[in-house]
Amino acid sequence: MSTKKTLAQKIWDNHTVHKENGIPDLLFIDLHLIHEVTSPQAFESLRINNRKVRRPDLSIATIDHNVPTTDRTLPNPDPLSIKQIDALRENAKDFNIPLFDIFDPRQGIVHVISPEQGLTQPGMTIVCGDSHTSTHGAFGSLAFGIGTSEVEHVLATQTLPAPIPKMMQVHIKGRVNKGITGKDIVLAIINKIGVDGGIGHIIEFTGEAIRNLSMEGRMTICNMTIEAGARAGLIAPDKTTFDYVKNRPLAPKGEKWDEAIEYWETLYSDPDCEFDSYVELDGQEIEPFVTWGTNPAQSSPISGSIPDPSSIEDPAAKETAERALSYMDLEAGTKISKIELDKIFVGSCTNSRIEDLRAASEILKGNKVAKTIQAIVVPGSGLIKKQAEEEGLDKIFIEAGFEWREAGCSMCLGMNPDILKPGERCASTSNRNFEGRQGQGGRTHLVSPEMAAAAAIAGHFTDVRNI
Amino acid sequence: MKSINTIQSIVLPLNRADVDTDQIMPKQYLKRIERSGYGPFTFDEWRKDPKFVLNNPLFQKAEILLAQRNFGSGSSREHAVWGLEDIGVRVVIAPSFADIFNSNCGKVGILCIQLEQEIVNELMSLAESDTGLELSINLEKQTILNENNNIKINFTIDNFLKHRLQNGLDEIGMTMQKEDSIKAFEETRSKIYPSTKSII
Ligand code: SF4
Repeated sequence: MSTKKTLAQKIWDNHTVHKENGIPDLLFIDLHLIHEVTSPQAFESLRINNRKVRRPDLSIATIDHNVPTTDRTLPNPDPLSIKQIDALRENAKDFNIPLFDIFDPRQGIVHVISPEQGLTQPGMTIVCGDSHTSTHGAFGSLAFGIGTSEVEHVLATQTLPAPIPKMMQVHIKGRVNKGITGKDIVLAIINKIGVDGGIGHIIEFTGEAIRNLSMEGRMTICNMTIEAGARAGLIAPDKTTFDYVKNRPLAPKGEKWDEAIEYWETLYSDPDCEFDSYVELDGQEIEPFVTWGTNPAQSSPISGSIPDPSSIEDPAAKETAERALSYMDLEAGTKISKIELDKIFVGSCTNSRIEDLRAASEILKGNKVAKTIQAIVVPGSGLIKKQAEEEGLDKIFIEAGFEWREAGCSMCLGMNPDILKPGERCASTSNRNFEGRQGQGGRTHLVSPEMAAAAAIAGHFTDVRNI
Repeated sequence: MKSINTIQSIVLPLNRADVDTDQIMPKQYLKRIERSGYGPFTFDEWRKDPKFVLNNPLFQKAEILLAQRNFGSGSSREHAVWGLEDIGVRVVIAPSFADIFNSNCGKVGILCIQLEQEIVNELMSLAESDTGLELSINLEKQTILNENNNIKINFTIDNFLKHRLQNGLDEIGMTMQKEDSIKAFEETRSKIYPSTKSII
């Protein structure tokens, strides 16, 4: 057997607690992130079975999915949300797990706050009852979403039995052009490999275009790895990664920092190691992307048009495309730039970090949101909101006509009052355009923050590079 | 978790690909803190269409769900599996499954059987016929049978998962027996990584 390993294999092997033929490897989990929606039944089952949380010191909870993004001193209008939020408070207290509650300035989307606090570090294993846990792979860690039964398993044992996944390399050849973001790169990747292309795999992203991305851009890419069906996505850590982690509240300090760097520098896929599959994209060919359908692979470059389903050979893909166009109320052949919008949402764990807000505000500066459009911006965390306000970004958004909100998941999935009405069409910086995701009957088009800002001004999609 | 051995039932044909968990269990039902009672909300939006397959009385008692590729994609919500469990589904057959959904099914006690696209297509057309299709599934023998239609399919399944499903085994209990290995690992684990204790 070859001793050359991929990055993911190195991390996997470093965390294997127990290995035995015929059963899944037992992995140790370095960090468990918890939120209100997928955890109550796990805690309840712990109580029923009289089990404890093994490592509350490796767990952290936040409230993000259900919180209103308007004034939180007002009562939460939704009794069910209140109940779920209260359940998390009680569980965190009973089991000694630190919680960022809604008035904590550090509260925010679970995948935003962990990197922000320096909790997410290279080489770790990270899980959360949330599919977008793949975000943390941007730091060269092994991070995957789990279900509630597995949440309970990790709470009780700090380990997870997991079958060994296959390894895929997605390589972006060369550089991308100016104005192309992490979001466009990942939408291009999903468009190429499909929403099921990554099933059973961990994807490692490589190439100059990936290296040149900031941590924010890398997080956007890894965040959406799950939309290609992959178990996890990751990017080897480098100076960009180390600089981002350094001096964050939970980052290693002093001697431990030196020790950490020494270890982290060994975290790369060995030259000539074997991947089970390899996909290559040409960076030069990537344009700003817009989705037109009801899954994230149904997308087109901004210069393109909506494809004709009758030209699709594969019967399942054809049926999905027909259903998507009917749900989206769009016709084949329509130019993407002709699609008019009702709402703009800048936010979600894909694109709500400071860099995203800076990029969108840069486009909005001195412009006004089209009269036909309602636009909101929801920072990923309380700290991002504060930083943006210190930089004056809130003013730019507000002057352009955006609503400036409190941190949370918001209209990414509309579990709080921020939803689309039936038939409304939204340009969204989030990650899923599924039917009804942003509100029953709502229609979602996924784009980068820059493209969302440009669409807000124009009232329809437009190539941000021409603004 | 209920154990699975043999299942005999009419097949519920859901002839769609990329069915995501947002469709199986829409977000407005994720606010409940209970573990049961999700059946009435399963495929909530699609069920509003009277022609949707779940509304066909023929399939009311179906324990076998047949779908197209990439079933259960998207969100990790186990609520989707709880919903299927609650409407009586014990087996899902598809050309491929999303990873987290597949793993959630294994924890809840629903058997996911992956079959080749052509075979799924054949079963789908039989299941969508006026009389429907009845199948018997035997986990021990790993077979899918219907003698009238001359169907005999062998399926593969991971041995350990098979063992757990057959015996309805609690995985947490099994892992807890490895306490010594977990402890030993914890002692040698790198000290560079953060503790959340200092955060408050
Ligand atoms: S922002 Fe959206 S995708 Fe991200 S954790 Fe929240 S609901 Fe999930």
